[in-house]
Amino acid sequence: MARRILTALVGAAVMGIGAHAASAATLDDVKAKGFVQCGVNTGLAGFAAPDASGNWSGFDVDYCKAIAAAIFADGTKVKYTPTSAKERFPALQSGEVDVLARNTTWTINRDTALGFNFRPVNYYDGQGFMVRKGLNVKSALELSGAAVCVQTGTTTELNLADYFKSNNLQYNPVVFEKLEEVNAAYDAGRCDVYTTDQSGLYSLRLTLSKPDDHMILPEIISKEPLGPAVRQGDDQWFDIVSWVHYALIQAEEFGVTQANVEEMKKSPNPDVQRFLGVEADSKIGTDIGLTNEWAVNIIKAVGNYGEVFDRNIGAGSPLKIERGLNALWSKGGIQYAPPVR
Amino acid sequence: MAIGVTTTPEKSKPSGSIMNDPQVRGIFYQVITVVILVALVYWIADNTIQNLKRANIASGYGFLNGRAGFDVGQSLIAYTSDSTYGRALVVGFFNTLLVAVTGIITATIIGFVVGIGRLSHNWLIAKLSLAYVEVFRNIPPLLVIFFWYSGVLAVLPQPRESAALPLNIFLNNRGIAFPKPVFGDGSQYVFYTFVIAVIASFFLARYARIKQEATGQRFPLLWTVLGLVIGLPLLAFLATGSPITFDVPVAGKFNLTGGSVIGPEFLSLFLALSFYTAAFIAEIVRAGIRGVSKGQSEAAHALGVRPGLTTRLVVVPQAMRIIIPPLTSQYLNLTKNSSLAIAIGYADLVAVGGTILNQTGQAIEVVSIWIIVYLSLSLTTSLLMNWFNARMALVER
Repeated sequence: MARRILTALVGAAVMGIGAHAASAATLDDVKAKGFVQCGVNTGLAGFAAPDASGNWSGFDVDYCKAIAAAIFADGTKVKYTPTSAKERFPALQSGEVDVLARNTTWTINRDTALGFNFRPVNYYDGQGFMVRKGLNVKSALELSGAAVCVQTGTTTELNLADYFKSNNLQYNPVVFEKLEEVNAAYDAGRCDVYTTDQSGLYSLRLTLSKPDDHMILPEIISKEPLGPAVRQGDDQWFDIVSWVHYALIQAEEFGVTQANVEEMKKSPNPDVQRFLGVEADSKIGTDIGLTNEWAVNIIKAVGNYGEVFDRNIGAGSPLKIERGLNALWSKGGIQYAPPVR
Repeated sequence: MAIGVTTTPEKSKPSGSIMNDPQVRGIFYQVITVVILVALVYWIADNTIQNLKRANIASGYGFLNGRAGFDVGQSLIAYTSDSTYGRALVVGFFNTLLVAVTGIITATIIGFVVGIGRLSHNWLIAKLSLAYVEVFRNIPPLLVIFFWYSGVLAVLPQPRESAALPLNIFLNNRGIAFPKPVFGDGSQYVFYTFVIAVIASFFLARYARIKQEATGQRFPLLWTVLGLVIGLPLLAFLATGSPITFDVPVAGKFNLTGGSVIGPEFLSLFLALSFYTAAFIAEIVRAGIRGVSKGQSEAAHALGVRPGLTTRLVVVPQAMRIIIPPLTSQYLNLTKNSSLAIAIGYADLVAVGGTILNQTGQAIEVVSIWIIVYLSLSLTTSLLMNWFNARMALVER
């Protein structure tokens, strides 16, 4: 508690002290210090979690690496700041982190009143419910009277209130600040239902003591477009973070992978050549303050969007989440990149 | 200068520079300090405001009127997700107050019992009290809270296998469920007679004291008061035809429905804070009693006062003068430690404020509210305890 207030105060003071010092150009600051400070989850398997030796991996972590690769041609030049749902916004506001890649839902309130900018959606998610199979519940509409575990300070918490209210269902919220605490409480039977983004539920189910005893209900009660967030007022940095995502999508669309990226530079397709920065007199990277090789560097570091997805949360991972909405627009999903030209 | 006798001699003019006058120097340094302090505060405030503007973050307390949108598990006042952020904060404040007040009462009782127990001539009682104090005061309060939450309450049975206690009370890992009284027509008379009984007891106590001081005869106060406070409402209850019924908890689909439930979050926080703070209070009580000179109890014994009465009438009143000031600190500690609630999800002021902070992004405003509320709570406690201390202080004649 004391620590928390202190952190907030220090945060406030830092905001104050940083007033005239922190220039608008995050890119220059990042280049000067030599790494990207990336705000990630405290531990959500598949999205951002440290292993036993402290190396971070996951879907969101790969975005941090991709940004670092775009700037430094080296995906390892990242430092991670694990943030709880509550800590994440002050961390970004105060400049403690350069970018927040922490399965954060893009909402109008966060985009405007909180002073952030969102653009690309790297994962289209929706809120779901997980229950014990033994309860014989088949639909979220049968949940009246249940105790529901939820993480505080999330859009999830608000959607939950709205959903139960609009369906005239009673519930008893059991609210924790940290994801681990919510997991532990649900696992111990403190509540009947666990609600969060469906991707999160798949990830969390693996960490329960008996994953097979739990099922995810079919209802999706909200739109949860997750994406990286930056502070308002630095268009260049905002562009870089946005285009890192678009480059990943574009690479998948062109069939450029981690393995074949060097080969693809020789592709006869002028679009691919332009994208990979091998076109004559290319300004494809220098215009946003990077090198023309930026897309190549991203792909070398983490692969394309499909590879990032499969490796961390898709078919190649224990989570086995379907691509669904997150398939390319050309394959029935809605992941789409503006043209690189 | 014509007056011959002056008690204060004329101040001689400083012979050197004015800079060497200690008084002038003192004022000078104080002014400098104040100026630096004000400048620092201004600089921080100004920078913060500029930064908030630059980051397009709205500031001010207007957000308190916005719709909260989230639900709170435990609330003493009516609250829904349609209520305002301001009301949510009030809910949190009352939850903090509830755990602080109940915790202080319980901690004081346990503390006094254990503190007096440590001085007992009974070997077992003294050693048990010692063990209690040493265990609880040497563990961080957060761990005590986790101990109760994860170690004791979470291992209780699932709702479907609730442990049934007498009087239709049920215990499970969602807390304690007990019958809720439902007040029907006529129940207000039961309440009125209770109030009358309490007022009557008050006057009876005064009468008993005056009588004892005048005649030396003791009046059986305790039994009379108990009879009044329990008997009168009971009579009214029967006379009005048993208007109060009970809503008994029954097994529902997920949990017990009906009745009242005290959640495990409140229980663990309340128990942990009580037991933790009681260890310190016990030591304060022991020190206070030790601080009363031995001659006092010896004199009482010599006068034929029984040991129990000696402790109650001779030792404790004198010990109170030593006990109350450090006791105040413990009460303040307990109130502030209640903010550890956040670790187990009890909806206290900090937990609710944190949620609001996150939904609205108004970090500075929420933090300032926290500070002001805790400061006011602590100052009020101090004020009350100082008043109590003044009343208990040794009256010298």
